[in-house]
Amino acid sequence: MADAEVTVKKKRKKLDPVDTIMSIATYIVYTFFAFVCVYPFYYIFINTISSNDLSARGKITFWPKELHFTNYINVSHIPSLVSAFRISLARTVLGTLLTVVASAFLGYMFTRETMWHRKVWYRLVIATMYFNAGIIPFFITMKNIGLYDTFWVYVLPTIVSPFYIVLCKTFVESVPRELTDAAEIDGAGTMRTFVSIIIPVIKPILATVAIFSAVGQWNAFQDTLLLTSDPKLSTLQFTLYQYINQASSLKALVNSTGNAASLAASLAHAATATSIRMTVTIVVVFPILLVYPIFQRYFVKGIMIGAVKG
Amino acid sequence: MSKKKLRGYREFLYVLPFIILVLIFAYYPLYGWLYAFYDYKPPTPLSASPFVGFKWFHYMIDNDVKRKQLLQVLMNTFAVSGLSMLFSWFPMMFAVFLNEIKCKPYKKFVQTVTTLPNFISWVLVYSIAFCVFNSTGVVNSLMTSWGIIDKPIMFLQSSKHIWFKMWLWLTWKNAGWAAIMYIAAITGIDEELIDAAKVDGANRWKTIWHITIPSILPTYLVLLFLNMANFLSNGMEQFYVFQNSFNTKYIQVLDLYVYNLAMGNGGYSLSTAIGVLKSLISIVLLCSMNAIAKLTRGEGFI
Repeated sequence: MADAEVTVKKKRKKLDPVDTIMSIATYIVYTFFAFVCVYPFYYIFINTISSNDLSARGKITFWPKELHFTNYINVSHIPSLVSAFRISLARTVLGTLLTVVASAFLGYMFTRETMWHRKVWYRLVIATMYFNAGIIPFFITMKNIGLYDTFWVYVLPTIVSPFYIVLCKTFVESVPRELTDAAEIDGAGTMRTFVSIIIPVIKPILATVAIFSAVGQWNAFQDTLLLTSDPKLSTLQFTLYQYINQASSLKALVNSTGNAASLAASLAHAATATSIRMTVTIVVVFPILLVYPIFQRYFVKGIMIGAVKG
Repeated sequence: MSKKKLRGYREFLYVLPFIILVLIFAYYPLYGWLYAFYDYKPPTPLSASPFVGFKWFHYMIDNDVKRKQLLQVLMNTFAVSGLSMLFSWFPMMFAVFLNEIKCKPYKKFVQTVTTLPNFISWVLVYSIAFCVFNSTGVVNSLMTSWGIIDKPIMFLQSSKHIWFKMWLWLTWKNAGWAAIMYIAAITGIDEELIDAAKVDGANRWKTIWHITIPSILPTYLVLLFLNMANFLSNGMEQFYVFQNSFNTKYIQVLDLYVYNLAMGNGGYSLSTAIGVLKSLISIVLLCSMNAIAKLTRGEGFI
């Protein structure tokens, strides 16, 4: 044992200098990459909790100064933001729930060889991965069927997602046949087998689907832009985009909360356009940061199954 | 026997609602391609709009100004897609050298933080870009205080190097995520192969060159083929959020152009015509790339 260690050490010493330099270079380069990915989030966060005056003049770069949390309190008093938060939350919860249930159910049903013309339906669904009508025909269709400017336009089109169905189906296929057969011999029907046998077994892949789908719903922007015009249906992403784009609209917004005169005054005084924008950015990013550690465990699995099958 | 058949029908009935959803949201919109052959102006329904045949397809290129504009849009699309194709080795090399790092926690840390940007939306990326690069943002204020510049650079309000900047943002967002696939492929390499190479006197660089890279090259090729199949589709979100009056000429890729034409100018029919052409070319691209993939590695990706 000790001998082995000695030889290892000798080998280390023998490492050629090019190798060592390259090793150090690798560490430097990756530290740079990591910094570039982390720092912007940190930078925005410290600006939201520092004095707005210093922040507006670009004085906050590495450490927060004159800590305060009024930005977050102010933001929670802006009615349009509260409404946008509700819409974002609602579509994320409902959309994810429906997508997960549909993906699990279809993933299971498409393994049922008894189903009438199973292959036809399966192909019909999977084919939609490879084409889409384009945004304008989709926009016109949503108008024609009356989904334009409704909340459902966020949820209904995403329920049947071929990629997630493939993920679930692959997983269901790995469930031993005897398990479902035994249930059926015991008199369980298709639905019963699905609920009490399949769902518990495919939980890991459902977690993957749920997280992918939730992130997708939370981040969605294009559907709000294309398929709604009612400000009541604005999501957080869309509201944030508007804030960045029209800093001037913020002044109007402060004026519109005029009935709560003190609030408007304090908003105008304490919260500059920049600070509100940064605060909203952190609010929008926060849920992603929150689920990210849980997420990480699942997504590698998901992407690998998808790569093999897709 | 008939009981089995009955069960088959019942199972079909269970999935029917979902089939209907697919028909409504994926197949039914295809009829919208018809708008490319009509002179459609929104309040008038399609049935009352005049049929114009291939008018819009000619219209795109029937005078110099339009030709120039379409050419510019195509050039932007090709430039943006071309750049990401040109640098498509980057995530692979990112994974290869990350794998060389011996310190496990550090490796895990780098992988975690570089994957994170993939999970935020383009709006957030834009917001971050705005916070970091605007005139009072950290980049400008540090550069001013270090005396590199004397007045702030308008990074976002300019069309300079816009294709490259778009590539940079795309890479910032996606490279870590794209590397995961390669990292998984590298993990799958047989240890014995590497040990054998070491016994034969191969150093780290030789091992990378002769074992690691050849083992993950098939993964790289599949992704490259897929990229080529999507050559015309850059998506519109990234370009839409970064678009402003200073850079709009060079940032307008095909997908964004289709959107701007319809939503900005009400040119629904023209925009649909361009969309239809794009879809047809994309399908041809996808099929040919799939065929090439089949030829080179014996297995397609469709």
